Amino acid sequence: MPVNVETQGRTYGPFEAYEVTRIKIREFADAVDARSGAHFYPDVARAEGYKDVVAPSTFAALIAQQAEFHVVTDPEVGVDFSKVVHADERFTHHRPLVAGDVVTTTITIENITQRAGISMVTTRAEIVDEDGAPVTTVLSTLAVREGEA
Amino acid sequence: MSDETLPTFAALNVGDEVSRRDVTLTRDNLVRYAGASGDFNAIHYNDAFAESVGLPGVIAHGMLTMGIGASVVEEWAGAGNVADYQARFTRPIPVPALGAAEVSVVAVVGALDHDLRQARIDVTVTFEGAKVLGKAQALVDCA
Repeated sequence: MPVNVETQGRTYGPFEAYEVTRIKIREFADAVDARSGAHFYPDVARAEGYKDVVAPSTFAALIAQQAEFHVVTDPEVGVDFSKVVHADERFTHHRPLVAGDVVTTTITIENITQRAGISMVTTRAEIVDEDGAPVTTVLSTLAVREGEA
Repeated sequence: MSDETLPTFAALNVGDEVSRRDVTLTRDNLVRYAGASGDFNAIHYNDAFAESVGLPGVIAHGMLTMGIGASVVEEWAGAGNVADYQARFTRPIPVPALGAAEVSVVAVVGALDHDLRQARIDVTVTFEGAKVLGKAQALVDCA
C-alpha cells in the first residue's frame, strides 16, 4: 500500500516534554566524535556564555525522532518501516539547546510526493522551550519504497 | 551562539579549508550511536536483517555521518555556533563486522553572507573515493 497523500498537513503533538541532560549530551557528543569542551564540562560552557553544557548540532534529531515515530506508526499514513530510507535532514537552530532545557515537540507532515514507486515524506518538527519559544526546527525526509509483491 | 567563540568573519575567504578529520568507523561506533540517539533500526547492527532488505550488509546511520560532519565544523566554529545544518544521504557506508570503514571529512568555506556576517561551510564526507552526503552545508554565525 502506498503512503496516503491525504495525510499531508496532519499535525501530531505536542508530546511528553523532553528534558535535556548533561549525561545525554556527553553520550551523544562521544558518539558523534564531538570534541568541544562545552559539550562535556559546565565550567567551559559557562565561560563561553552558556547556561550549561551545549548539545551538538544534530542532537535535536533524537528529540525529533520521537515525534517522527508517531507519524510513521500512524496506520492512516501507511509507512512500511521496513521499506524506509532516510533521504535528508535539516536543523535550523533558533538558539542552542543546553542541559536543563525542557522542550516539547509538535510535528507536521509537511509534504508527500510520489514518483517511480517511491514516496518522499517530509516532516517538520518544531521544538520549543517551556516558555513556548522556538529552539530548533527539524526537517526530515523519508523515502518509502512501495510494496513489491 | 557564543560571543566568546564566534569565528572572525573578516578572516574568511571562499574556498578556505577550515577543518578536516579522518574518522575510523567500526561496528562499535554504530552501536554507540544507536544507544546515544535511540535509532535502533536493525540495518545498523544486524547483517542478516540488512541483507534481507537489499543492503550489502550493515551500514552506518546517515545521522551518524552527518553528526560527525557537524563535529568537524564545530571544532572550528565553536560549540553552539552552527545556526543551520543540512544534508542529503546519497550513499550508504557499509561497516564490516570486523575491521573498519575509513571516512574523511573536509569543511570548506562555500559562501560568505556579508549582511548577516554568516559563513556557509560546505562539508564533504568521502568513503572509498565517493561522496556520501549531498548538499551538506552548515551556516555559521561570525563576529
